[in-house]
Amino acid sequence: MNTIRAVFSKTAAAFLIAGTILGGGAEIAHADSTLTIATVNNGDMIVMRELSSEFEKAHPGVHLNWVTLEENILRQRVTTDIATGAGQFDVMTIGNYEVPIWAKQKWLVELKPDANYDLDDLIPTVRSGLTVDGKLYAMPFYAESVMTYYRKDLFQKAGLTMPEAPTYDQIRQYADKLTDKSNQIYGVCLRGKPGWGENMAFVTSLANTYGGQWFGMGWKPMLDTPAWKGAINWYVSALNADGPPGATSNGFNENLALFSTGHCAMWIDSTVAGGLLFDPKQSQVADKVGFTASPKGPYGKGPTWLWTWNLAVPASSKHIQDAEAFVTWATSKDYVNLVAQKKGWVAAPAGTRKSTYENAEYQKAAPFAKFVENAINEAGPDAPTAEPRPYTGAQFVIIPQFQAIGTQVGQTIAAALSGQMTVDQALAASQASTTRTMRQTGYLH
Amino acid sequence: MAGQRARGKSLVIAAVGWVVAIWIFFPIFWMFLTSFKGEAGAIATPPRLFFVPTLESYHEVFQRGNYWRVTFNTLGVSIGATVVALLFSIPAAYAMAFLPGKRTRGTLLWMLSTRMLPPVGVLVPIYLIARNTHLLDTVTGLALVDMFTNLPITVWMLYTFFREIPVPILEAGRMDGASRWQEITRVLLPLATPGIASTALLSMILCWNEAFWSLNLTSSNAAPLAAFIASFSSPEGLFFGKLSAASTLAVAPILVFGWISQKQLVRGLTFGAVK
Repeated sequence: MNTIRAVFSKTAAAFLIAGTILGGGAEIAHADSTLTIATVNNGDMIVMRELSSEFEKAHPGVHLNWVTLEENILRQRVTTDIATGAGQFDVMTIGNYEVPIWAKQKWLVELKPDANYDLDDLIPTVRSGLTVDGKLYAMPFYAESVMTYYRKDLFQKAGLTMPEAPTYDQIRQYADKLTDKSNQIYGVCLRGKPGWGENMAFVTSLANTYGGQWFGMGWKPMLDTPAWKGAINWYVSALNADGPPGATSNGFNENLALFSTGHCAMWIDSTVAGGLLFDPKQSQVADKVGFTASPKGPYGKGPTWLWTWNLAVPASSKHIQDAEAFVTWATSKDYVNLVAQKKGWVAAPAGTRKSTYENAEYQKAAPFAKFVENAINEAGPDAPTAEPRPYTGAQFVIIPQFQAIGTQVGQTIAAALSGQMTVDQALAASQASTTRTMRQTGYLH
Repeated sequence: MAGQRARGKSLVIAAVGWVVAIWIFFPIFWMFLTSFKGEAGAIATPPRLFFVPTLESYHEVFQRGNYWRVTFNTLGVSIGATVVALLFSIPAAYAMAFLPGKRTRGTLLWMLSTRMLPPVGVLVPIYLIARNTHLLDTVTGLALVDMFTNLPITVWMLYTFFREIPVPILEAGRMDGASRWQEITRVLLPLATPGIASTALLSMILCWNEAFWSLNLTSSNAAPLAAFIASFSSPEGLFFGKLSAASTLAVAPILVFGWISQKQLVRGLTFGAVK
């Protein structure tokens, strides 16, 4: 009896002590400030983390704690934290979709960098995506748009030449000629995995260059228009005839794996793939990759695609001043130069600063630089659409409901791609579900 | 003839057993192989079974993440949550098994029904409670949530084990003058040790593998292995090699633990199954 009592009391005591030691670790107050930075596991962020010791050296007393998460988990995590005002993070890595929405909720701190930061050096379309009512709420870390990657060797073998400004009709013709399914070479690889940031990023940009848009004035959904039908018919028909099997499972990473192992003749996707495809350590076709602008459709303008990863300071942070100093450092010209010095110019964060593109060494190291710069310059959140629109956003619509709407429409488009429904049925269903959501949320009356 | 038929039957059962075991184990085996392939090898098509192994992925994982710290956190959460869960569930299961009331069955089913709620449905209230009690990003906070999440399972398991213990044995103890406390500690617990051990093991494994609360309630100080694995997944760029290496390192301790204690686990799980 006494033994058992002793065991019980010892166990309880051990647990309490362990809990106090382990749990209490979180509450130990630091004399200096410790910034907790939430970020994604992308190449540029990994470099930032590696080089952040330079920031700590320049700011004695400021320590950095890193929380690296997968994009969707990060989005859920930081949204919960900022919405409840918990203040777990001092710096957040967020996209240009979140910045305007969160800024309007007063969840973000307005950033006012000094003259050395050179705000005018930021690419205007990128800066405008982070500005609400003339105030800057996040600083761009890197930006990406869309371009076409192709295999120079396969084009040469087939006697084809890729134009500098291809059309989607030309892409389809080339894809038909280059597809060799017996050798697992597929004419064109495109995103098919459902999701507002997956297939719908490409599909929105495709629809845009066909003259399509999400909403007309008065927030009436416009998904059953001839422009969307033309775009989705092209998409479904091209992927079914010339795409890899199981295309509905392919997102950016899956297509990157397919292209870099030599299974795709063409791939239209984010400009960020350039650095990865040209890297011989990651790509088996590094010396055979060609690139050109993203194709255009009948509308002639577009396509619009602009994604920026930005650093923002939540209003719930307890170290706002130090967090601002970090954000300024990591997005400055000096940081770009530091990356170039330590990792080479090809690793410099792309798409944010005009000075990077004016640098001769960067132009030499990143042959795709001009295409990226042009694509980003044309792809602002206010880029033109065939008809006037009530919303901003390039390959997405900057309203809180878009994540749900985009993913639902993405699932319907994937169903059309896999043959579960026709394109007309898919677009009618998308129009109906989007109209319903817009009514429920009060946009449509 | 009958012997031959029995032998044939047992051979078929053994073959089916092997197929199922390989089917279940294959993903772990493939993850282990992928962890030694490097990023380019990990995405090679067709996938390679034979290759020159490299420790490149492990090297990067150790360089970028603090493996020992997150393992220590995971151990703290798993052991803490399991010990507290047992302290609550043993008396609860005892009361329900030996002193049942009119609503015992209903209470048990209600407890189990809480497992049917998708965790994300209560994310915001639990997050707010954790924030207000300063338990966000602490091992104590995560252990408490894991403990409450697993409590219905531990109570149910112990209730099932306790029900298998013949009541006359407990009555005999009472006849000899044992108090309630002595009845539980001297008669019931020694008899139910295999059941308690397997409940504890299951609770440990559930806590070790828990991802949703681990990712949402911790950030840097109390991040467990689930958060460690998630940090190697990337929306842009190749990561299968590093992810496999991180996952292998995460499952290794619990796999070894499960291997060592498998006899106890199987004994506990089948306790009372055959009379």
